[in-house]
Amino acid sequence: MPVEFTATGIPLYAVPALGPAMPEIVLAVGALALVLFGALRGDRSLPIVNAGALALLAVTLVLVLMMPSETQWTFYGSFVTDEFAKFMKALTLIGSIVTLSMANEFFTRERIARFEYPLLIVLATIGMLVMISANDLIALYMGLELQSLAAYVIASFHRDDAKSTEAGLKYFVLGALSSGMLLYGSSLVYGFTGTVSFPEIALALAGEPHPGVIFGLVFVAAGLAFKISAVPFHMWTPDVYQGAPTPVTAFLASAPKMAAMALAVRVFVGAFPTITDEWQQIVVFIAIASMFLGSFAAIGQRNLKRLLAYSSIGHIGFALVGLASGTVEGVQGVIVYMAIYLAMTLGVFACLLGMRRDGVALESIDDLAGTARTHPGFAFALAMLMFSLAGIPPLAGFFAKLYVFWAAVEAGLAILAVLGVLASVVGAYYYLRIVKIIYFDEPQGAFEPLSLNLRGVIAVSSAFILLFWLVPAPLVSAAGAAARSLF
Amino acid sequence: MFGFGILSGLLVLPLVGAAFILMLRGDSEAVRANVRWAALATTVVTFLLSLVAWARFETGSPDFQLVESHAWLSDVTRFKLGVDGFSLPFVLLTTFLMPFCILASWESIQVRVKEYMVAFLVLETLMIGVFVALDLVLFYIFFEAGLIPMFLIIGIWGGKRRIYASFKFFLYTLLGSLLMLIAMIAMYWNAGTTDIVSLLQHDFPVSLQTWLWLAFFASFAVKMPMWPVHTWLPDAHVEAPTAGSVILAGILLKMGGYGFIRFSIPMFPEASLDFAPLVFALSVIAIVYTSLVALMQEDMKKLIAYSSVAHMGFVTMGLFSLTPQGIEGAMFQMVSHGLISGALFLCVGVIYDRMHTREIAAYGGLVNRMPLYGVAFLLFTMANVGLPGTSGFVGEFLTLIGTFQANFWAAFVATSGVVLSAAYALWLYWRVMNGPLVKPELSAIPDLDRREILLLAPLGILVIYYGVQPQVILDAFAAPTQAVLSAYPMLNGAATALVGVQ
Repeated sequence: MPVEFTATGIPLYAVPALGPAMPEIVLAVGALALVLFGALRGDRSLPIVNAGALALLAVTLVLVLMMPSETQWTFYGSFVTDEFAKFMKALTLIGSIVTLSMANEFFTRERIARFEYPLLIVLATIGMLVMISANDLIALYMGLELQSLAAYVIASFHRDDAKSTEAGLKYFVLGALSSGMLLYGSSLVYGFTGTVSFPEIALALAGEPHPGVIFGLVFVAAGLAFKISAVPFHMWTPDVYQGAPTPVTAFLASAPKMAAMALAVRVFVGAFPTITDEWQQIVVFIAIASMFLGSFAAIGQRNLKRLLAYSSIGHIGFALVGLASGTVEGVQGVIVYMAIYLAMTLGVFACLLGMRRDGVALESIDDLAGTARTHPGFAFALAMLMFSLAGIPPLAGFFAKLYVFWAAVEAGLAILAVLGVLASVVGAYYYLRIVKIIYFDEPQGAFEPLSLNLRGVIAVSSAFILLFWLVPAPLVSAAGAAARSLF
Repeated sequence: MFGFGILSGLLVLPLVGAAFILMLRGDSEAVRANVRWAALATTVVTFLLSLVAWARFETGSPDFQLVESHAWLSDVTRFKLGVDGFSLPFVLLTTFLMPFCILASWESIQVRVKEYMVAFLVLETLMIGVFVALDLVLFYIFFEAGLIPMFLIIGIWGGKRRIYASFKFFLYTLLGSLLMLIAMIAMYWNAGTTDIVSLLQHDFPVSLQTWLWLAFFASFAVKMPMWPVHTWLPDAHVEAPTAGSVILAGILLKMGGYGFIRFSIPMFPEASLDFAPLVFALSVIAIVYTSLVALMQEDMKKLIAYSSVAHMGFVTMGLFSLTPQGIEGAMFQMVSHGLISGALFLCVGVIYDRMHTREIAAYGGLVNRMPLYGVAFLLFTMANVGLPGTSGFVGEFLTLIGTFQANFWAAFVATSGVVLSAAYALWLYWRVMNGPLVKPELSAIPDLDRREILLLAPLGILVIYYGVQPQVILDAFAAPTQAVLSAYPMLNGAATALVGVQ
């Protein structure tokens, strides 16, 4: 970077443009204000902090959407905003907002409501936004750790619950290990290319890449795979999903997945576009392993949260099919997949949060028995979400799969697409089993009435997956524009 | 209006009816009656609208007609609808059978009537969509989406082993279809479009054709169903409610045959020629083997299900004979089998509603108490056997003529299947209807009531009418058959018309 010196030899750094990072700055300043307020007022401040955090996230979402569409760099090139970042940030923020809005009711009922929760969500969200915009290895790590540290804490948010504490600890230990791997890989990449900036790494690798870089790449890939919970770094997912309080699981299943996938796309496509063949094998392997493990391991699960954990592993595998092709269409497929997956996940978790009988939150799939009789609307929405997760047309989940397979076949990965198809048939079995329990089994009694907020989330997400096929073009073309901004 | 034509209307009408039914609140007897009448009215109006489409259709033109195209996924993947001589008869068959399905469920479905009717109406839209879609992705969506309502229909209103049957039905069909999806994507990257009309003009490289053909075959063979992937069908048929069986046998099975004639045969001619012997072998095995299996069945619905597999064997054989007689005969056989098997399942439903068993051994001598029923059942049994004068004869005869030109031995063995089908069908009739009425529980069984006569009479009339006047349907198939066979210049004399048969 060009640095000027004063007459006395003191370096003068130009103040970087803050415009491109405005959403993050607003969010960070707001978070600090809320921390102050919460610390001074104690737990009585919860309603205000909660509402403030939601408002802050909503303002950030508006700011993100208002960003100019051309690519901008700042902080000496380590922070980038482009169409891709805009799109993925919007998804992440939507995930954060919706899951935060569903959380308070649950925590109040479980008597563990504390004002720190909204703050941690906001802090994690800042981390995620930085991850999405990261354009060098340092910014990547900074965003990733901010998000992860907040996530470790909220996973064990139910302090008196052994499972929740275990989930937090497990998540932390394994997360620290993966961060270590990521750092080790980053240091290798830096050592062999002499730079941490993604575009400069890409330039440095234009010729014959040094084997050391490949070695580093493998470690970076391992660290990223942990964050998106892809096989073989998925071990934490079922335990954390099951142990964490349900609103936290909903959050971990939605927003961080978007950010981590965005990060993976940017690292592979932004920093290593010249050695596609090398990382393609890694991604193909991770995709296949995730799709199959997600499909087979979920069959035996009776706990809905654990089942959704395996389902998310499988879905990440499908999304990676798009990334494996390494083309514009592939990235477009990933973006479409993540957007639709976000809508489905939020809907399913809203249903899960609504499962409550006699003051007890239910988690077993057998508790859904016969809901078609007792709650026809709820049952229909959840059944459609299941069909959509299974990828049955005309629901949105089908289009998600269609676009990644589309890209894979174009890139000559037809075998990968066929394997994906086989995995999705296996996966369809356990989604169908939930539909069977909802519709074919005898009812066991009604749930408590759902709150308006949950009803709203369920209604919007099921309307989205049901009607997506009528007007798919806006989302798909926006994803296409986002994907092109990376190439 | 907005460029939406009559085919969009056919797709939207059942959905409007379904939405109306969903708005009816409560579960009293009066509401249930309203639901039934609303569903019946919707299906009848849809049928009338499809007749309008037929009136506007110009028979004898090989082109797609009533075409409409709306912006959808992208410039080359549009929401495009249209019909030609192959698809219009199936649209009519669908809309024609639907009122019968509603009527057949009038009294036998007493729980969750609203959901039942909504599922059927949604299914109607999706089935019509399969036959009118002129875009690969759109076709696939309709083709596959039908699984959802059918899964629910079998699983909620089915018999004892309904859950096993519904899962088997769903997963079998899903696996086949998903392989087809990959093939469709490959076709897009090769041809640059998913528009079916353009794809029909596109020449796929021979090496690619083989793979595409196999992927499509995986889907359609399961749907058809062909031996040895037919095992989901008997289970699904036995467990489904009567109307579900009618739809399954009448329409859903036909989607496989329609797929062959719409995609496999015209788009992959080299591969179709290469694989024709394989299809012959599987068809002949299906005809002989499933006929033998049908002989041994003790459940009436299962027997008819196996006979459906055998009859579908004639269809695949006729289609891949790649002769005008074979193809037209196969298409005719599908329409005719849609009527006959639908009627047979309705017949079984009639006595099932009375006695709540489908076991053949539980019946005997019914003709003494139910003369009208005896007549109807005999008519459809004979039609199923392929008695001249019924529509069943025309289809089987034409496919056999076509196959004789292509492969003597296949036709030779298949002809023995005709004998076997007479054996199992007549034996079934004998055991259920004839002999003395000795079982005490049957002594008070009533004959057909007015609703049931209304159900069976139109089907009977059509079966006989098309048996003596097959030209009405065959004319529709003639032009598109010529167009399909023009893709096979390598076949000698393929373009000769139906000389000597007509």
